[in-house]
Amino acid sequence: MAEKLKPAEKLKKDRVPMRNQEPLERVQNFLEVPLGYSLEEAIQEAQRCLQCNPPYCVAGCPADVRIPQFVEKLIAEDIKGAFLEIKQTNALPAVCGRVCPQEEQCEGACIMNKKGKPIAIGRLERYVADWAKQLDYSDAKKPSTKLNKKVAIVGSGPAGLACASDLAKLGYDVTVYEALHKAGGVLVYGIPEFRLPKAIVGYEVDQIKELGVEINLNYVIGLTKSVDELMQEYDAVFLANGAGAPSFLKIPGENLNGVYSASEFLTRSNLMKAYEFPNYATPIRVDQKAVVVGGGNVAMDAVRTAKRLGAKEATIVYRRGRKEMPARAEEIGHAEEEGIKFELLTNPVKILGDEYGNVVGIECVRMELGEPDESGRRRPQVVEGSNFVIDADTVIIAIGQSANPIVARSATGVETNKWGYFVADENGKTTHPKVWAGGDIVTGAATVILAVGAGKKAAKSIHETLSNKQ
Amino acid sequence: MYKILKKQKWSDTIFSNWIEAPFVAKAAQPGQFIILITSQSGERIPLTIADSNAKEGWVQIVYQVVGASTLELSLMNEGENLYAFVGPLGVPSEIENFGGKVLIIGGGIGIAPIYPVAKKLKELGNYVISIIGARTKDLIIMEDKMKEASNELLIATDDGTYGQKGFVTNIMDDILKKESEAIKDIWAVGPPIMMKMCTRVANEHNKQIWVSLNSIMVDGTGMCGACRVSVGGKTKFACVDGPEFRGNLVNFEEMILRQRQYCDQEREALMLLEEKIRRQASNG
Ligand SMILES: Cc1cc2nc3c(=O)[nH]c(=O)nc-3n(C[C@H](O)[C@H](O)[C@H](O)COP(=O)(O)OP(=O)(O)OC[C@H]3O[C@@H](n4cnc5c(N)ncnc54)[C@H](O)[C@@H]3O)c2cc1C
Ligand SMILES: Cc1cc2nc3c(=O)[nH]c(=O)nc-3n(C[C@H](O)[C@H](O)[C@H](O)COP(=O)(O)OP(=O)(O)OC[C@H]3O[C@@H](n4cnc5c(N)ncnc54)[C@H](O)[C@@H]3O)c2cc1C
Ligand code: SF4
Ligand code: SF4
Ligand code: FES
Ligand SMILES: [Mg+2]
Repeated sequence: MAEKLKPAEKLKKDRVPMRNQEPLERVQNFLEVPLGYSLEEAIQEAQRCLQCNPPYCVAGCPADVRIPQFVEKLIAEDIKGAFLEIKQTNALPAVCGRVCPQEEQCEGACIMNKKGKPIAIGRLERYVADWAKQLDYSDAKKPSTKLNKKVAIVGSGPAGLACASDLAKLGYDVTVYEALHKAGGVLVYGIPEFRLPKAIVGYEVDQIKELGVEINLNYVIGLTKSVDELMQEYDAVFLANGAGAPSFLKIPGENLNGVYSASEFLTRSNLMKAYEFPNYATPIRVDQKAVVVGGGNVAMDAVRTAKRLGAKEATIVYRRGRKEMPARAEEIGHAEEEGIKFELLTNPVKILGDEYGNVVGIECVRMELGEPDESGRRRPQVVEGSNFVIDADTVIIAIGQSANPIVARSATGVETNKWGYFVADENGKTTHPKVWAGGDIVTGAATVILAVGAGKKAAKSIHETLSNKQ
Repeated sequence: MYKILKKQKWSDTIFSNWIEAPFVAKAAQPGQFIILITSQSGERIPLTIADSNAKEGWVQIVYQVVGASTLELSLMNEGENLYAFVGPLGVPSEIENFGGKVLIIGGGIGIAPIYPVAKKLKELGNYVISIIGARTKDLIIMEDKMKEASNELLIATDDGTYGQKGFVTNIMDDILKKESEAIKDIWAVGPPIMMKMCTRVANEHNKQIWVSLNSIMVDGTGMCGACRVSVGGKTKFACVDGPEFRGNLVNFEEMILRQRQYCDQEREALMLLEEKIRRQASNG
């Protein structure tokens, strides 16, 4: 058992670094980049925690993870105990430990962040959750009490899964409807294997199924069945269908062969495993030079995927500067280590093709930053006459998603705003008394942990509503 | 789930399967399609719903073997299960009683998807004139069913082995020359080049025409944009805005180029599968 450190000693210690696959090696494969802590490293990191009361960190976690409690059990080498603490409130710890923007959430709120050395809560959470997966340990069991009330959930992304898990534990009969042939939403079709192995998503989804949640795959709500029908068949409906419609630049040449939305590119690679073509049947086109337009996490995932698919040169084109890039610093750093090129303050105006309809380049202009706009970010302005061409045989547009209207069209009485997102209050209640909504389809593209939080709040609100009404 | 209830071979390359899919069957309407995956390592391929029966819970598909995935599908037997089967996808055809005649044109494998459209049009009281065509007699499918679903059925083969020698567009042109006024609407489904030619004929007679665009798809629910086509100068997603569009507005050249996007990879996948089949055959 690890010794207890005195507070002064704790303050002196630095964060335990995470070992990564070497850049030159990892661009040749799709294996996970961060290798994870060893038990010794995890305990060493956990020992720095001050066990605050009240804990500042928890206020930063939308899933209310019992952080000091699980960290304490980890220090005592009671990993199972730590796992059970986490699983009390978070159904997706191995996922969240990897992909949460911890610097803005739990770690951002950690008292030690004031010293620039927040506890690596995400890495510790990942360690504990991976331990369970390695041992195939599961705490999931069907609840002993059954309420005889049915809830339908549309979408099996983090919002839908979190809501399903909480409701199932309370004794509800929960059915999830998923359009695709795999459960997990963006976790399986968007985020690449090298950041979030699909076996890990599968493991956490299986645990939710063990709670008795039924997941109906290949079921498109709005086409196979309408939301109106779900309202008739179920006591409550939770809409968590994500913000799944790709945006394009609306510049000439966007329909050339070799031009992808990030959603298509990543879906082919992740969900359909095109990186194993032809052993997996779905094709993908990457040759020598790939250009990705955008500066967010999705753009980083796309460009790093293109590199791994064999692009000699993989370039980010972004219209603002490095400071303004919305991607996480860690992801930009990983991309740089992997030799990704950055054309900043650059905006595409036209995509160029050959006579066979294949993309051959992308014409761009340079930008400079002018006055700040409403969002406080300095508005990029075109430098006149600065047009130039970047050669490209693959172009990927990663400038965001918007609301897909299929679900909303079949939901009478559920109001949407002018962008097509569902209108919902902080508990997920929509304008229809039987319908809740949460995740990206309410907020627009956001984060896994916010979707998890929204799913949990909706579960609580559904439970309150259904238990008041007998 | 998604069991192959029945399978028929209609020619060297054309097959029809009846798939157990009660939820799809319940919601299916003419003009809509499904996406299926044969096995766990398979790709998502769209196929039109050729017929369905809500009471018995099946969906019929008709497909031509053109590459790896359709070959793999044709090798699956009755009683086996598909890995995935989802639908109905797309917007149903805009069918009503137009109070007159409608012209239905199906080319090759396009006869299968046009059948439910013809059937529904006739049910609603339209006078249905159907033209079906193919390269050669052997590839003319569903003749009996099309006869039932039409008031008049005309047949063309490129090589003259059956029906009239020539293209469906020749017959289409003749009919429009005779009674353009009486024809209230036109549907044409088949290879893109045929739909393009039919649209040209329709344009010459100042007629509107529906075509069904079989662009390359992945999810089929509007999530990826793989299926985008230019219609009236705007980008549309064939899987959710279509697959039927007014042919008069479609940029066929772009669509045809986009369909060839993965030619090299498709050849590679087919060769790999054929090699595997050969090896299996020689091992007993
Ligand atoms: C490439 C990429 C990388 C990202 N990286 C990160 C990251 O590192 N960290 C982070 O926190 N966030 C990240 N995000 C954002 C995060 O993934 C999303 O905010 C989150 O997944 C939203 O969850 P959700 O449950 O609302 O929707 P989704 O995850 O989108 O799930 C919605 C589900 O609903 C299904 N569905 C849609 N329509 C229907 C229908 N009609 N019928 C039935 N089912 C339907 C979809 O198929 C999907 O499975 C990333 C997003 C992308 C695209
Ligand atoms: C809405 C729609 C309805 C269709 N209905 C039918 C039908 O009823 N019967 C029928 O035989 N065919 C139909 N098709 C075409 C069918 O999807 C393709 O023939 C099939 O996907 C080819 O797969 P493959 O692997 O065997 O051949 P491949 O060798 O991979 O491809 C052959 C050609 O088929 C097209 N194709 C390939 N992959 C796809 C894909 N994922 N989506 C769409 N097209 C693709 C390409 O043009 C390609 O060049 C339809 C297509 C669409 C979009
Ligand atoms: S779920 Fe995310 S935000 Fe919450 S503690 Fe874990 S890593 Fe932090
Ligand atoms: S705020 Fe930081 S130091 Fe305090 S309990 Fe939370 S993780 Fe530990
Ligand atoms: S196939 Fe993905 S949007 Fe149409
Ligand atoms: Mg194929």
